[in-house]
Amino acid sequence: MKIIPASDSSVMAVFGDAISPQTQDCVLALFRALQARKDARIRNLHPGYTSLLVDFDPLSMTHNEASATIEALAEVGLPTANDSPLLTIPVCYDAEFGLDLKHVAAHTGLSIAEVIRLHSGATYQVCFLGFTGGFAYLGGMPEELDTPRLATPRRAVMAGSVGIAGGQTGIYPTETPGGWRLIGCTPVRMFDPQAQPPTRIQAGDSIRFSPIDHAEFGRLRQASQ
Amino acid sequence: MTIRVVKPGLFTTVQDRGRFGYVHLGISPAGAADLLSLRIANLLVGNDEYAPTLEMTLLGATLEFDEPAVVAISGASCDSKVDSNTFPMSSAVEVPRGSVLQCGAATDGARYYLAIQGGFDVPTVMGSASTDIRGRFGGFEGRRLQSGDLLRVRGLERARTRRLRGGALESIRRSGILRVTTGGQRGWFSDDTYEKFLATSYVVSEQSDRAGLRLKGGAISTREPRQLLTDGTPLGAIQVPQDGQPIILFVDQQTTGGYPKIANVITADAYCVGQLRPRDAVRFTEVSIPEAIAALCDQEHWLKEIWED
Repeated sequence: MKIIPASDSSVMAVFGDAISPQTQDCVLALFRALQARKDARIRNLHPGYTSLLVDFDPLSMTHNEASATIEALAEVGLPTANDSPLLTIPVCYDAEFGLDLKHVAAHTGLSIAEVIRLHSGATYQVCFLGFTGGFAYLGGMPEELDTPRLATPRRAVMAGSVGIAGGQTGIYPTETPGGWRLIGCTPVRMFDPQAQPPTRIQAGDSIRFSPIDHAEFGRLRQASQ
Repeated sequence: MTIRVVKPGLFTTVQDRGRFGYVHLGISPAGAADLLSLRIANLLVGNDEYAPTLEMTLLGATLEFDEPAVVAISGASCDSKVDSNTFPMSSAVEVPRGSVLQCGAATDGARYYLAIQGGFDVPTVMGSASTDIRGRFGGFEGRRLQSGDLLRVRGLERARTRRLRGGALESIRRSGILRVTTGGQRGWFSDDTYEKFLATSYVVSEQSDRAGLRLKGGAISTREPRQLLTDGTPLGAIQVPQDGQPIILFVDQQTTGGYPKIANVITADAYCVGQLRPRDAVRFTEVSIPEAIAALCDQEHWLKEIWED
């Protein structure tokens, strides 16, 4: 682990320069250990693929104190992550939501049924959340599904949409513009600012997608409102 | 009491200090783009310094008061009027019942803050009253104000208003030179490129908002093409995407990013970023982290010393 100053109010703990499950466990373990300390001087923790940005109040904590806090946690040995739950996210892969399913099938040389089977057959790790509230960076998509994003992003993508961008897959938690290839939609509300916690999934969780039909989508959507 | 929005202005939102402790869920801090002016406006009317205010952008709102109120405006200068009288900047003013406050165009910056004694009464979401525009929550119904909105004000026993010393605000310059510390990927850029970055006078693009200020100027690039694994982005990080035109990440920023960060605007100059207008010129000058912290301590000290009595 290296600790580098990132700004006048933050330091970055860096665990490596390549994505690996071990590196991710280190990031998550430090994230959880710091979160558990509930140090009021620490304002925000941003996990990334291989690093954790620790943002603090520079009027009450120095860079040296922040670094020492991180090093002390690393020295006693970071707890190994992974008692995290495996969550199942229902997804309707009907053409109504999977606007780009045909394209993904054509690009990958798979049938639509094969795309759905592969996508819902894998277990994904939530590496971290970022970009927008509740958006998860997921690891573990089968390589066969790799499809480049749209040349021109859509102006509005429905909340719950599930998409593919290159080697990544993800769920749009809220309606936003977006360039991912859409293959389905979940009726589950991924982000609710009034809920505690406001996001359905957390860094460190594992998730699977389970295919549902249109009627089930309607029922679940109604239940989640 | 309620305040009716007669005209919303260009982009008016409820903001306070911002939302802390949620970036790991992808939720940016939001909060005032010029926190210093928000604090001054609140202190003038006798509020808690971080009470919810209205942040107005370039062109302000027109508001009608159904009860007498004590309000103050601080930040970029604007020609504002209450009924037909000039409304002075940076002082607490009693606005009579039924009057209309017409907030004008910002003339020497981008934003100003309207504080009202008691503070605006909006629900606290995740510990803050700030509007999260992208997430559509916080502030007033998670959005910018519209004509016809009715804003409620928290009742408050009459608080003591404060006055600024004459010329107190003259010593804070809203300069076009922003102080920076080196960024996490400074080493990805050659010394020549970094010198060029510091020597360039950039222009703030029209495509700038509270999430990021896009700059236009001589393009800069890393020594070799290199992909950054998405990581956390500090407030004020200056990232350099492939087109070589730097972007200053700001209060509504994405919480993680995938572009190298060459430098980072210091906390003490964050309010200057909040006052940059499209087409303004901006340059960067490097300071050390201890210098940045010293500047912040000086600023906090200054904020205590500017009051009469």
